[in-house]
Amino acid sequence: MLRYLLGRTLQVVPTLLLVTVITFILVKLLPGDAALAFLGETSPQDQVRYEAMRRELGLDQPLPVQYFKWLGKVAGGDFGISARTREPVLEGIKARLPVTAQLALMTMAVALAIALPVGIISAARPRSWLDNVGSTAAIAGLAVPDFWLGIVLITLFSLGLGLLPPSGFKPLGEGIGQNLQLMILPALTLGASQAAVLMRQVRAALLEVLRHDYVTTARAKGLREGVVVRRHALKNALIPVVTLIGLQTGRLFGGAVIVETIFALPGIGRVAADSIFFRDYAMLQGAILVLAVAVLLMNLVTDILYSYLDPRIRYR
Amino acid sequence: MTVVEAAPPLELTSPLVRRRSGWRALLREGLRARGAAFGLTVTLAVVALALGADLFSPHNPNVQDYNSILAPPGAPYWLGTDELGRDLLSRTIHGSRVALQAGLVSVGLAVVAGTLIGLLAGYVGGFVDALLMRVTDALWSFPGLVLALAVGAVLGPGLFNAMLAVGLVFTPIFARLVRAQVLSVREREFVLAARMLGANGPRIMARHILPNVATPIIIQASVLVAFAIIVEASLSFLGLGVQPPTPSWGSMLRTAYQYLQAAPWLSFAPGAAMFVTVLGLNFLGDGLQQALDPRARE
Repeated sequence: MLRYLLGRTLQVVPTLLLVTVITFILVKLLPGDAALAFLGETSPQDQVRYEAMRRELGLDQPLPVQYFKWLGKVAGGDFGISARTREPVLEGIKARLPVTAQLALMTMAVALAIALPVGIISAARPRSWLDNVGSTAAIAGLAVPDFWLGIVLITLFSLGLGLLPPSGFKPLGEGIGQNLQLMILPALTLGASQAAVLMRQVRAALLEVLRHDYVTTARAKGLREGVVVRRHALKNALIPVVTLIGLQTGRLFGGAVIVETIFALPGIGRVAADSIFFRDYAMLQGAILVLAVAVLLMNLVTDILYSYLDPRIRYR
Repeated sequence: MTVVEAAPPLELTSPLVRRRSGWRALLREGLRARGAAFGLTVTLAVVALALGADLFSPHNPNVQDYNSILAPPGAPYWLGTDELGRDLLSRTIHGSRVALQAGLVSVGLAVVAGTLIGLLAGYVGGFVDALLMRVTDALWSFPGLVLALAVGAVLGPGLFNAMLAVGLVFTPIFARLVRAQVLSVREREFVLAARMLGANGPRIMARHILPNVATPIIIQASVLVAFAIIVEASLSFLGLGVQPPTPSWGSMLRTAYQYLQAAPWLSFAPGAAMFVTVLGLNFLGDGLQQALDPRARE
């Protein structure tokens, strides 16, 4: 297991390095440069100040030199200074990451609360009306654009019924009730499509497992169908579902851009989008890198968890 | 007396008939999937709307009626008007053009780029394979919308640039898919036979390997067209996709969001249009999978 763990972790290193290269190049390709962003729009006429700022930020050096200097600083936790807020980028990311993490966790909780029961019922009674309703709802859930669903939920629950606040954020420390009131609609918005993906996976995996001989044996022993599903089939069927949860949670960090924008949540996705429009290059670089690393790490953790749940993986 | 031989009756096995019956069998098999008939109908309807948008629209989508700004649904604007007094129904109908264009072009770009990368990596192998796959892995590590946003920002606003950005995001999916298929196909007897007969690498890839990996590409592409429509609309919603005054569902929803309190009906038409289109394409994708992939039927 240790050998597998080490090997799998080492595999991430070259990908991680390429991620830093792509992040660096992408931000370099953006129109304008960091010196302009710091000085403001009128400053290019002031060529001396502009050149001095370029030198100060190291932008006058060749690109490979800039990359390795940036990489060295990032490795030491220095992501630079935000041109917009003038705070260290790392501080900005630290403040926003918990918001996105909470949203991702709540989204998964909502998705699982819907997907598990519906998926299990659909698989236990395939082609029944319950299965038909569940499967059709899943396809519908996949088709709803999250930004439209967000707008519809705000219109319905906030503007229409007045049950929940439309947007904004309160940290958990300032009151759980207020925090949850503001987070439930974003989590529902993102959770709908996640529930659909998970429900389809639960149903497919459970249907597959229910065909196995050991399940037939359990039925032949006279066990009730509910017990067969709960005690014998579900555990094995949930292995691929756990994998999917891990992979989807990583993706949720980046997928939250739109939902964070609609519900005015100060998360990492929204800061990435805002940085593009405010030409806050250092913040954009930091945010993209953190999001990509979050996906890579979640994939790694998921692979390791999968190898723990299904030991055959380790010996392939 | 000359004996005239009667022409043999047209056999069902003649290539023409067999080909037609093959298509029919595919259609029949595909339509057995749940909702596939609905999916096909919706998709054909959206294509018809997009092609005949000028014909079906009751008003010019860009003409502003200053006496009917943010008008609620009712005659003569059946779905209401936007903040500039433009007819929402006509703009929604014209928005289907952008949606279909975005879905087809961005996935088409991803299919071409991903297939080339996957073929090259899988067939050549070695260092080229390792390098290309690491790059696709790295690209795949970026959350799709964030990468599309960043690439969209580099390229600048506009529909074509948004399609390029979405195409780049989807490229790793096809690259990995094609590479996996190539690895399993390249050692098969017919490829070895072609190689022994003297066929060179590009010919083997184009004539022998590509046709055998086409089915999974088509299935994946059909699923991603729907997703591409949503991603492009997301970019337009954030201001990086289609620019005014071109009507697009994403930018219409952006306006709807800005006027949520004053005119909550603004989001209905573009949102519902996108939902139904994506739903139809998803059902059609399921049908296509059932028709082309024997394992999906089991």
